[in-house]
Amino acid sequence: MDFLNAIVAIANYILVPGIAYGSQLALGALGVTLIYGILRFSNFAHGDTMAFGAMMTILVTWAMQSVGISFGPLPTALLALPFGILGTMGLVLLTDRMVYRFYREQKAKPVILVIVSMGVMFIMNGLVRFIIGPNGQKFADGERYIISARDFKAMTGLSEGLSIRTTQGITLVTAIIVVALLFWFLNRTRTGKSMRAYSDNEDLALLSGINPERVVMYTWLIVAALATIAGTLYGLDKSFKPFVYFQLLLPIFASAIVGGLGNPLGAIAGGFIIAFSEVTITYAWKKVLKYLLPEQFEPTTLVQLLSTDYKFAVSFAILLIVLLFRPTGLFRGKSI
Amino acid sequence: MKKLLMATAASALMASAAFSGANAGEVKLGILIGFTGPIESLTGPMAAGAELAMKEVSDSGKLLDGSTVTPMRADTGCIDNGLATSNAERLIADGIAGLIGGDCSGVTGAILQNVAIPNGMVMISPSATSPGLSTMEDNGLFFRTSPSDAREGQVMADILTDRGIKSIALTYTNNDYGKGLADAIVTSFEAVGGEVTISAAHEDGKADYSAEVGALASAGGDILVVAGYLDQGGLGIIEASLDSGAYDTFGLPGGMIGDSLPKNVGPDLNGSFGQIAGSGGKGTDALAAMSKAAGFDGTSPYAPESYDAAALFMLAMQAANSTDPAVYGAKILDVANAPGEKIYPGELAKGLEILAGGGEIDYVGASAVELIGPGESAGSYREIEVKDGKNTTVKFR
Repeated sequence: MDFLNAIVAIANYILVPGIAYGSQLALGALGVTLIYGILRFSNFAHGDTMAFGAMMTILVTWAMQSVGISFGPLPTALLALPFGILGTMGLVLLTDRMVYRFYREQKAKPVILVIVSMGVMFIMNGLVRFIIGPNGQKFADGERYIISARDFKAMTGLSEGLSIRTTQGITLVTAIIVVALLFWFLNRTRTGKSMRAYSDNEDLALLSGINPERVVMYTWLIVAALATIAGTLYGLDKSFKPFVYFQLLLPIFASAIVGGLGNPLGAIAGGFIIAFSEVTITYAWKKVLKYLLPEQFEPTTLVQLLSTDYKFAVSFAILLIVLLFRPTGLFRGKSI
Repeated sequence: MKKLLMATAASALMASAAFSGANAGEVKLGILIGFTGPIESLTGPMAAGAELAMKEVSDSGKLLDGSTVTPMRADTGCIDNGLATSNAERLIADGIAGLIGGDCSGVTGAILQNVAIPNGMVMISPSATSPGLSTMEDNGLFFRTSPSDAREGQVMADILTDRGIKSIALTYTNNDYGKGLADAIVTSFEAVGGEVTISAAHEDGKADYSAEVGALASAGGDILVVAGYLDQGGLGIIEASLDSGAYDTFGLPGGMIGDSLPKNVGPDLNGSFGQIAGSGGKGTDALAAMSKAAGFDGTSPYAPESYDAAALFMLAMQAANSTDPAVYGAKILDVANAPGEKIYPGELAKGLEILAGGGEIDYVGASAVELIGPGESAGSYREIEVKDGKNTTVKFR
C-alpha cells in the first residue's frame, strides 16, 4: 500500500505536471528550432509570438462564449484555436515582409538577425499588452478534471490522490497530433522536403529550383501555428499573463539547444528533459521517501535539492553544461 | 525663456492661491492606498469609507468653524515603494493636512521614513499590519486603526486550537507583510503546542504554483495557512493545492479575506476559515447602513478602519483647534480612547460639537477603535468561515 501511495504521489506531483509542461516546452522549442534550421537565426521573439497567438485565441474564445458557443466538456479555446492561428500567421508574415526580408536580401549575418528579432520581441511584447493588458486572464471553461484527487482517493482507497486536469490531457493529445502532423509534413510532402533541402544546403537547394521565398513563407506559417498552439495550451493549463511568456523564452531555448538546434526530434526530447529536470530538482521528496523507507530512516527535512524559486536556474545550468560539453546538443543539431 | 518664467510665475501664483484657499476653510486629507496592485479589490471600498467620513463632517459644517474636508486620492501600488513615496511627496506638495495610508506594510514604512517624518506629516494607516511598524521610530507621527500582525498571529493560533487543528503548513507572500505575519503565526501557534511543518515563501505574479504546492504537500499538515494576497499568489497557491488534491482546507489571514476569493475559487473553498481585523456591534452596523445608502460595501475588509482613520484626523483637528500636524497629532490618542462620550459612525457631528465645547470623547467608530502602545489598534477580529461561496462571520475575538 505504501509503495502504491509513493507511486501515486510521484505521478501526481511529478509525472502529470512534468508531461504537460514538457509538451508545452516541446511545441515551443519546435518553433525555435525550425526557424533556426531554415532561416538560420535564433528567434527571440518566439515567446511573445506565443503570447500574441494565445491572446488572439482568448479574444475569439471570449467572443464565442458571449454568443453562447461552447465545446461541451472541452474548453471553447480549442474551437477558437484555428482563428488564433490565422491571426498569428498574419502577424508573422507581416513581420517577415516588413522586417526580416530586408535583412535577408542584405544577406545579414545571423547575429544581426538575432538582434533584429529582439527588437521584434519588444514590439510584440508591447502590442500584446496594448491590446489585452498586462494582467492575468482566465479563459478556461468546460470540465476542469479528467479525474480529481478526491474522486481518485474515493475510488482506490489510497491516501494519496491523483488528479489529472482536462487541460493536461488536452495538452498531451494536442502535442502528439501536432508533432505527428509536422513530421509527416516534413518527411512526406513536396514542400516539406524542399524545406529540409533548403535547411541542409541552401545553395544546392537554390540550384535545384526551390523557391526560397516560398520556403520562408511556409516556415513562418508552421511556426505561427506551433507558437499559437503552444501558447494557448500553456495559458489554458496554467494562466495567461504576457510577462510569463517572456520568461518562458529561457526554458524553450534551453530545450531547443539541449536537443540540438535545428533538429525537430531533439527539440521534443529537450522539452521533456528540461521540464522533468525542473520539476524533479525542485520537488520536495519527503513525502515519497516517507512511504518507501522504513520508519527509522524517515527524513526529517524536506529533501528538496533546490527551492522552487530557482526553477529557472535549472534550465540555465543544463544549458551551460550542454554548451560546454556537447555544443551540438544531444541529437547532433547545428552548433551555435 | 520668457515664456518659461511666465509659466513658472503663473503656476506659483496658482499654487499660493490654492494654499491660501486651504487656510480659509478647506482641509485636504490625502488617501494614499493601493488602487492598483495586489489588494486593488479592497481599496475601492476603503477610499469610499474614508470619503464618507469626510463628507459627513463637511456636511455638518461643525469642523473648525465650518471648514470643508476634501479628499485627495493617490496610488501606492501596494508593493511599489517608488510610486508610493513620490505620490506622498505630491500630496504634501498639494497641501494636505493629514495622510490616510499607506495600505500595505512595506510601502507604509517607506512613506513614513522617506516622506512623513522629514515633512512632519501625521499618517494614520487603515490596513498596514506588520509588527515591524510598532517598533519603527516615528516621532509620534504614525498611527494605525488596524492591529499589528503579532496580535493576528495569536488570534489565528486560538482559532486553530479551537478547531482542533494540531499541525499546519504555512506559506507567505515574500514581503514585509507576509514574513511578519508568518513569524507571528509560527510563534503563537507553537506556543500553544501546535506544529508548523513548513514555513515557505512564495512569489506573487507567477503563472503556475504547482511546484510550490508540491513542497508544501510534502511537508504535510492538517491544513494549509496562506498568508498572502487574495488577488495574487495566495489565489494561485489555493487553486494549485485544490487541483493536485494537496489540501482541501485553508487558513486565511487578513490579506486573503475578500469577496473575490470565494468567487474565483468556487465551492471547493467552502469550509476554509480565517480572520480579519474588524469588530461587530453597533459601529459596524451603523457604517454598513450608511455605506449602503452611499452605494458601497462598508463591511468590505478595512473599509471601517478607513472610515475611522479619516474620522480620527478630523476629530483630533477639532480637539486641537488646528490643522497643523505638529499640533493636532498629540490629540489623536485623546479622542480615540476613554474617557469621554462614546462616538459611533454617523455621530461625527456630535463628537465635533462636544470637542468644540471643551468636552472629551472616546471615539469607538466602526472598528471599535482603541489605540494602544505606539498608537495602534488593540485589535478585535472577525472569525470568518467560507460557507456556500460567501465569507460569513462566525464570531468576534
